[in-house]
Amino acid sequence: MINIKKREELDIKIDKTVGKPFINDAKFSTRNVDVFYGEKQAIFDANIDIGKNQIIAMIGPSGCGKSTFLRCLNRMNDTIQDCHISGDIKLDDEDIYQRQQDPVLLRARVGMVFQKPNPFPKSIYDNVAYGAKLHGLAGSKIELDELVEKSLTRAGLFKEVKDSLHKPGTGLSGGQQQRLCIARTIAIDPEVILMDEPTSALDPIATAVIEELMISLSKKYTIAIVTHSMQQAARVSQRTAYFHLGYLVEVNDTNTVFTNPEHQLTENYITGRFG
Amino acid sequence: MTFGAILTALVALLFLGYYTGRKRSISLSDKSNQRLHSLPQHYGYLIAFWSSVPALLILLFWSVLESSVINAAIVAQLPAQLQQLSADELGLFINEIINLSHSSAPISDDVKRHAVLYYKELIEFSDWVKSIVVFVLAFVAMFVALAFVKPEMQARNLVENLIRWAMIACASIAVLTTIGIIFSVIFESIIFFKTVNVFDFLFGTHWSPQEAIREDQVGGSGSFGALPLFVGTLLISFVALVIAVPLGLMSAIYLSEYSSLRFRSFAKPVLEMLAGIPTVVYGFFAAITVAPFIRDLGESLGLSLSSESALAAGIVMGVMIIPFVSSLSDDVISAVPQAMRDGSYAMGATKSETIKQVIIPAALPGIVSGVLLAASRAIGETMIVVMAAGLSANLTFNPLEAVTTVTVQMVTLLTGDQEFDSAKTLAAFALGLGLFLTTLVLNIISLYVVRKYREQYD
Ligand SMILES: Nc1ncnc2c1ncn2[C@@H]1O[C@H](COP(=O)(O)OP(=O)(O)OP(=O)(O)O)[C@@H](O)[C@H]1O
Ligand SMILES: [Mg+2]
Repeated sequence: MINIKKREELDIKIDKTVGKPFINDAKFSTRNVDVFYGEKQAIFDANIDIGKNQIIAMIGPSGCGKSTFLRCLNRMNDTIQDCHISGDIKLDDEDIYQRQQDPVLLRARVGMVFQKPNPFPKSIYDNVAYGAKLHGLAGSKIELDELVEKSLTRAGLFKEVKDSLHKPGTGLSGGQQQRLCIARTIAIDPEVILMDEPTSALDPIATAVIEELMISLSKKYTIAIVTHSMQQAARVSQRTAYFHLGYLVEVNDTNTVFTNPEHQLTENYITGRFG
Repeated sequence: MTFGAILTALVALLFLGYYTGRKRSISLSDKSNQRLHSLPQHYGYLIAFWSSVPALLILLFWSVLESSVINAAIVAQLPAQLQQLSADELGLFINEIINLSHSSAPISDDVKRHAVLYYKELIEFSDWVKSIVVFVLAFVAMFVALAFVKPEMQARNLVENLIRWAMIACASIAVLTTIGIIFSVIFESIIFFKTVNVFDFLFGTHWSPQEAIREDQVGGSGSFGALPLFVGTLLISFVALVIAVPLGLMSAIYLSEYSSLRFRSFAKPVLEMLAGIPTVVYGFFAAITVAPFIRDLGESLGLSLSSESALAAGIVMGVMIIPFVSSLSDDVISAVPQAMRDGSYAMGATKSETIKQVIIPAALPGIVSGVLLAASRAIGETMIVVMAAGLSANLTFNPLEAVTTVTVQMVTLLTGDQEFDSAKTLAAFALGLGLFLTTLVLNIISLYVVRKYREQYD
């Protein structure tokens, strides 16, 4: 495990996030966010805006807090017993950690796709219909059928599974399962989709399918994706954030980050000289 | 040598075999400058096996057959008129001989004295031959096996095979025992069904197994309608499950999903302790506390109830079997991957929705087997029923009445002095068979349910 050091002890100084962390048309904006697991601090003072209908990529070495930060955005960290968060996280200018905010409703607005495909032990149809049934999104069986078909089609999976909608979702291949998980997320029509290394378990072809899917989804949704593949970040995202040992080092347009990084740590990482 | 001494020597041989096997494989590979196919200990295991196990099997076989062969030999040299005795009487006679051979008191009867002497001689001879055969076999097997050791011998694979056969042997012992029990129950039941019609037994509504000992005895014609017993069993088990399944399942869900780790580590063992309390204590509790309470409650409602009821026994039994449901369910619920929960929460599901929609379906097979275990415990329970539900075989579905169960009647049929071939005792086997078939059917139904509703997670 990486030993997280205090800002002053780092070999290369991280003063404050360099680049352009703030933008005008922000969907999410986080200010002074610290995250602790028990005594241990995993995120230090993260300040960043996430633009509407954009894809933002989060990169950085393993254990630097990308997943932790992502999970703050839909309050998935609430389910971890000793995880504490301080600072402001605003979604459409509303503090999502304020007392009146119901995390359950928040998660219906901010969907999440996980690193390992985790379809429910139910049929493909029921996997996609799950959220719609929970939130009463479909009035009738016909509407539900339509919603399932539409979501599967948009996730690029419908053609492959249209004859086996009532077979278990766990019987699909890894790439198909991941697209099923994306389908079930877009079925509840969230505003933001968080993706934590969604293609790390997939082959290049399935990865390409999902990347295309992300790009087409970004017309309608705001997407934040954690990835270890810099090519992937470069291919799909408009902006890129680089994390290092719990610090948000640099945020900028993807092009700028990869061609002309401002911070030494970012440069080290993208040129493969990390460590 | 005695059995114990031979056994000890064989264990020593086992170690000796191990070390010589190891040594030999190493020295052979050194001498021929050839790499061993397997690790030296694999050769050791092989030699250890051959130097002890075949000899051990012969020893066991010999010891099992010894007594019947010797008995036959003694009978053969008895005077003719003694040989005419029935098998039972001969058995008694031989027992006496064996007992006499252990005591040092002088024996007056000539025939018996001769028999005792002959018996001692035979035993001594058998011991000698046995020791010689066993050790010769052990050493021969060991040396033959040692001669087979070569560096290219695939000892690791052979050991693997041995282990496989050992596993098969253990599994077959378990299976064969079960089959043996089933067959013995079936055969005794068949004898019973020669005197009592199968349909009268299964669907007869009157149970009173007392048989007339004398011709003129009043009210002593046995009547074997087992329906009331099976209904009683199912009634009490049903009451018990109605108590245990919801309570057990809910507490399992609470422990695995809601409670803090500290509370769980304290509450789970306490809950499991319920299953460890002796059933007679539960029976006592049912008879002294619960049954009178139900009766008083009934009285205050204007019902006159007996102090023995299926309800009292069922409730207490239900409490007893809670841990069977809760403990197994808790284990399987905890084993549902966290990713399932995360997936559901990320869709905006609440905790209880997640439990209902995702966790319970994923854990269903385990939950069903917990319930099944609890059910078979309830069906087989005897003591609580004797103490709280009575002995009277009423055919009723009313849990407020006294009933009796199959197991209780089996106990009453077999306790006391009984002839082992009377209809009364044989009825116990028929009841046992019925019970076995009942649980078998329950198992099949639940397997079917699980297969139908099972939802796989990877
Ligand atoms: N549930 C937890 N309890 C305690 N510490 C945790 C927990 N989850 C993560 N951490 C710690 O927080 C830090 C950041 O972890 P995080 O999972 O966010 O890293 P990451 O950037 O997503 O890494 P990776 O690229 O390997 O997924 C790590 O040091 C990790 O050990
Ligand atoms: Mg991660």
